[in-house]
Parts: sequence; C-alpha cells; structure tokens
Amino acid sequence: MPDADARPYLKPLPYLEAENRPYFEALQRHELYFQRCQVCGRSQFHPRALCCHCLAPHPQWCKATGRGRVYTFAVTYHSPLPGFRESTPYIVAYVEIEEGLKVLANLVDCAPEEVRIGMEVEAVYTPATAEITLVNFRPARPA
Amino acid sequence: MGIKSAAIVGVYEHPSRFAPSKSAYQLIGESVRGALADAGLKRNDIDGLFFAGFGMDSLTLCDYLNLYPSYLDSTNIGGVSFVAHAGHAMAALAAGLCQVALICYGSVAASQPGTGLGGGGRSTAPADQYENPYGPTVINGYAMVAQRHMHQFGTRSEQLAEIAVATRYNASLNPEAKYRDEITVADVLASRMIAAPLHLLDCCMVSDGAGAVLVTSMERARDLRQPPIAIRGYGESVGHAGGGLRDLLELGTTRSARDAYARAAMSAKDVDMAMLYDSFTITVLAQIEALGLCRPGEGGDFVSGGRLRLDGDFPVNTDGGGLSSNHPGMRGIFLLIEAVRQLRGQCGARQVRKPLRTAIVSGIGGNLGYRHGAATMLLSNS
Repeated sequence: MPDADARPYLKPLPYLEAENRPYFEALQRHELYFQRCQVCGRSQFHPRALCCHCLAPHPQWCKATGRGRVYTFAVTYHSPLPGFRESTPYIVAYVEIEEGLKVLANLVDCAPEEVRIGMEVEAVYTPATAEITLVNFRPARPA
Repeated sequence: MGIKSAAIVGVYEHPSRFAPSKSAYQLIGESVRGALADAGLKRNDIDGLFFAGFGMDSLTLCDYLNLYPSYLDSTNIGGVSFVAHAGHAMAALAAGLCQVALICYGSVAASQPGTGLGGGGRSTAPADQYENPYGPTVINGYAMVAQRHMHQFGTRSEQLAEIAVATRYNASLNPEAKYRDEITVADVLASRMIAAPLHLLDCCMVSDGAGAVLVTSMERARDLRQPPIAIRGYGESVGHAGGGLRDLLELGTTRSARDAYARAAMSAKDVDMAMLYDSFTITVLAQIEALGLCRPGEGGDFVSGGRLRLDGDFPVNTDGGGLSSNHPGMRGIFLLIEAVRQLRGQCGARQVRKPLRTAIVSGIGGNLGYRHGAATMLLSNS
C-alpha cells in the first residue's frame, strides 16, 4: 500500500456513497463485482441500487472471474485530467469480461504497440489511496 | 392554434471565431439581431426560446435580451442540442404553444477558456465513478469507437483522413472559416497523435462563435423575407452503456434517422447533401453509416476520393465543419444554419454545384464512447 502522504494521488477518485460502496469495498479485497437481477435474471455493469433492465430493487452482487478480452482501446497521448496529464501515454480500454459485460479500465503492464482487440486480459487491483483500490487489466498470464 | 408544417425562416452565424472582448451573451445578442434581420421579423415576435449552453442558462439569457417567451426549452443533449431544439420547436408550433421560436447559442470557449465548457467540481453522476478514475477524455472516447470500427470493418486512418481533407477543401471556399489552407491525407497522418488512432487533424477545433435560428409556421413563412426551408421530418435518440452490453458502433443516429425518414416519408435516396456533426472524423463516418447513406462498414469507401467535397457526389459539411470552420464547444446550430443557406442557394463560392432539394442534418452530442444524444432532421427548399 503506497503512503498517501508521501505520494499524493492526483487522478480523479470515485465518489463513494451507499449505492456504489459495496463495489469499491470488494475491489479493496481484490474482487471484481457485477450484478444480476433476481427478478429478470439479467446482468448489469456498472452496479446500481436497482436493475436497469426491469427496475426491480436489490440486484444480487456477483463475483466476476476477472478474466476477459479487450473490446476496444485508445492509447491516450494528450489528457487534460490531473494525474493523467503527467502520465501519458496511457491506455483506456473497454474489457468484455467473461460474464459478457463491458468494463472501462486502464490496460497496464502492456506497451501501447502490443495491445490488440480480442487480447486476453486479467484483472489487477491497483491501490490508489488507503480507502480506494481500482481495478485495471493486464495481458493474461498462464495460470 | 397549432400548425401543419414548420419552416426555418431566419438564420445567422456570427462571423467571429475569436472574440476576447465580448461575452457569450453579447455574441448571442448579435446573432439574434442578425437572424431577425434575415427573416424580417422583430424582437417582440419571438415567443418561444430554445437554448442550451455550458455554464449559461435561459433565465440569464432572457434577462440579457429582455425577452418574455411564453414557451421555453432548455434541452441539453450535448453539442447537437440545437437540432433537437428545432424538432421541439416544430412540436411546440404544432401544439400552438408558440408562434415564433428562437434557437440560439454562443460561446467564448477559445478566447476565454473556462467560461463555457463546463468542467470543474467533482461529479457525483453514477457512471462517472466507474469511468473518471481511468482518464476518459473527449477524444479517447471517440478514439475507442474508431479503433473498434477499424477492427470490425478494416477501416483505415487514410479513410478517416479523407474526411478532414474534404472538409478543409470546403472551408477553403468559406471566407469565415478559421482554417482555410488545404491539407492532404499525408498531412493528417503526420499530425501528432492525440488519442490513437485519432490524430490532431482528425479532431475539431475549439473556437469562439455564436448563431441563431428562427422557426415559424410555413403559412407565416411565406410572407417573410427569405424563401422558407421546410422541416420535413425529425427524430432524436440516445446511446449509452445499456447496462454494460454496449456496442460502440450502435449509434442513437440509427433510431433518430429512422424516425426522421418515416415522418418525412423519405429515405436516404432523397437526400442531396448532409450537415453532420464533425467533432472528429470518426463521428462523420459513423453517422454516414447510421443514416443509411451507405451500408454498415462501408463508410471508409464512401468518404474516399473527395466525395464529401462541395463539388463531389455527396457534399458534407460545406462550411468547413467543426474540423475547419468553427466549433465553440457546441456546434449543432451551425449544422442547421449552413443547411438552410445551401438550400436557399446563398453560399456564393462554396455553393454546392449540383441542384439541391433536401439536406439531412444530423448530430451526436456528448461522447460516442461513453454517452451520447443524437438528433436528425430533414430540410427541403420546396
């Protein structure tokens, strides 16, 4: 865990509230959650307090395998955002996780010229502050 | 009471692209004056106000212009909002809720940055908590769409560049365009990468600017100064994550165009030219496919060989678009203005060479890679 006082974290952080707190608490435990509705059976990402397919309350939290494939990506060379401005190039990507949902994250441990759509990736958990851990993805490694 | 059909009767595009000594409200005021003069209407004829802007609001605008509209619409679905406003004005006129609708916009985003483009403060929007930590930018959202299009259909950077080149050619004939020196495909590819695969010259500019549009009944339009341009059909929609199932090549434009064509009893074959929101080259290509001007995946071929030039087979963005003429944060109003000027035949050196009857106006607001609004309108001069 990095020392937040020694190295201030400049990038935007999620705003935690009741609706999204279970998701971000799971990331602290290095678990990636999505949700499945107990009424209509459909899945969703990002998580919500209700099912966006049928509006039923209390969709069930489910643990994803953390494996997926790159759906698309962009190597970003110019960014106005604090923390990212200083760390270009960086890669944003939609990863289609094995559960069929697309998750936005950064691709890490991967040179820009090596990224391919369809590439197998796996979740890595990156501590940002003492309270917040983010999920990113890296090229899948053999088990 | 309500009317059967609506027409655009007055337009004005502010000539300034950089106005450090003016406020956005002043630019709007000057544009409203220009549109009223164009139409032969008076300030007190305006009884409907349709307005959107970042960090601006309708009440302040009413105060500034001393307007007392009896119908207001502040729909904001991003830069395309003003095309939606024209559709909403048509509905309000049909319902008898107003008689003369003013649509307007202005921004000093270039000369006074930070006054108009939003930003600042911490978002509490639900989706943002899952996106903002990863550095989403306006450009990398669209770049992810371009990357996916290239993967799925074999579209090449050279083909996207053709859009920037044709648009710049059109701008070269527009004395008010900000960038008028012609460029080549090689120039686009040699410009620096902003978010791969989009280069600097695949991206729209940030300029100052303003515009105003007046809409009224076709009946009243016939007594006014300019030949009326009829609103033949309109549709709007949105696109977003769909609960995580998103297909980045699925545009709201597919739905807005379907409705616009149906309501106009027209098809893509009836369209002579297009004004398409060109935030980026990929925005144009993706819309061309979604509007049914070619089949999905064939946009790269469609835009090649100078076909989008005003002397080409299918003129697009004849004013030079946001890529070369102006883009003050939001550009939808200029799509309407240029389509009207072309359909009236008032464009001088940049007038489309072939005879024009119908133009399609379509835009994307927000971000095609994250969340977007779409609006499509068919305009005819007969």
